[in-house]
Amino acid sequence: MNLKTSNRQVDGITIVDCSGRITLGEGSVVLRDSVKDLLTKGQKKILLNLGDVNYIDSSGIGELVSAYTTVKNQGGELKLLNLTKKVHDLLQITKLYTVFDVRDDETTAVKSFR
Amino acid sequence: MLMSEDRRSYTLDSTLETVDNAEQAASEIAAANGFGEDEVLQIAMAVREAAVNAVLHGNAYDPDKKVRLDFERTKGDLVITIRDQGKGLDLGKIPDPLSPENLLKTSGRGIFLIRSFMDVVEIHPSQTGTEIKLIKHVRGTPAAGKEASQ
Repeated sequence: MNLKTSNRQVDGITIVDCSGRITLGEGSVVLRDSVKDLLTKGQKKILLNLGDVNYIDSSGIGELVSAYTTVKNQGGELKLLNLTKKVHDLLQITKLYTVFDVRDDETTAVKSFR
Repeated sequence: MLMSEDRRSYTLDSTLETVDNAEQAASEIAAANGFGEDEVLQIAMAVREAAVNAVLHGNAYDPDKKVRLDFERTKGDLVITIRDQGKGLDLGKIPDPLSPENLLKTSGRGIFLIRSFMDVVEIHPSQTGTEIKLIKHVRGTPAAGKEASQ
């Protein structure tokens, strides 16, 4: 299943609920467009909820890195929420787990934004 | 299921659909040959990454160039070979994605993931394309081999 996203606002933070696969092609493009669209609207505090993302490949990892740096370069913050074990393990072996701010509780994640 | 000493081959177009098909075939064959859920995922992902390299970097989506995918079950291993018809991968240009200067790069993790997930990885570039061989040992080989030959 390709990636689907839906956005909601909680205390000024945009939570992007993602479900499906973030892989080369459509999945990566959906994520890229979603983040780009939020930045265009001035929404720079983004929490990517990956709880229903069951698969991610190297292109998808690259897309997460791209989203992270793009938001950061525009003075915003992008954090990750609810990683599945598969995604968690991938970020561990690629040493990106410590680069991203990864959270497992939505309430505390929302409060953690400056 | 691949029987012991059996082989299955595919010749595929240089498209994104090929990447998905290669992953799917790897997943089914790995599962049918007794690998556990985590190993099936690892094998399928390694094949996906190798197929991405073949389609994008090797054949560069050229419709005249094909990707050859072979699965072979030997007594102790599942051996997967992916060949493209590109210019040949420059092994010296494969970056270390874990080095600090590369950590935030948006690409360059494919070969690293393949090596992380498979037991043996052999890359053979030539002027007529790149061949990458991925080997996963079958755990508990005697039982698995017996099951495979039934």
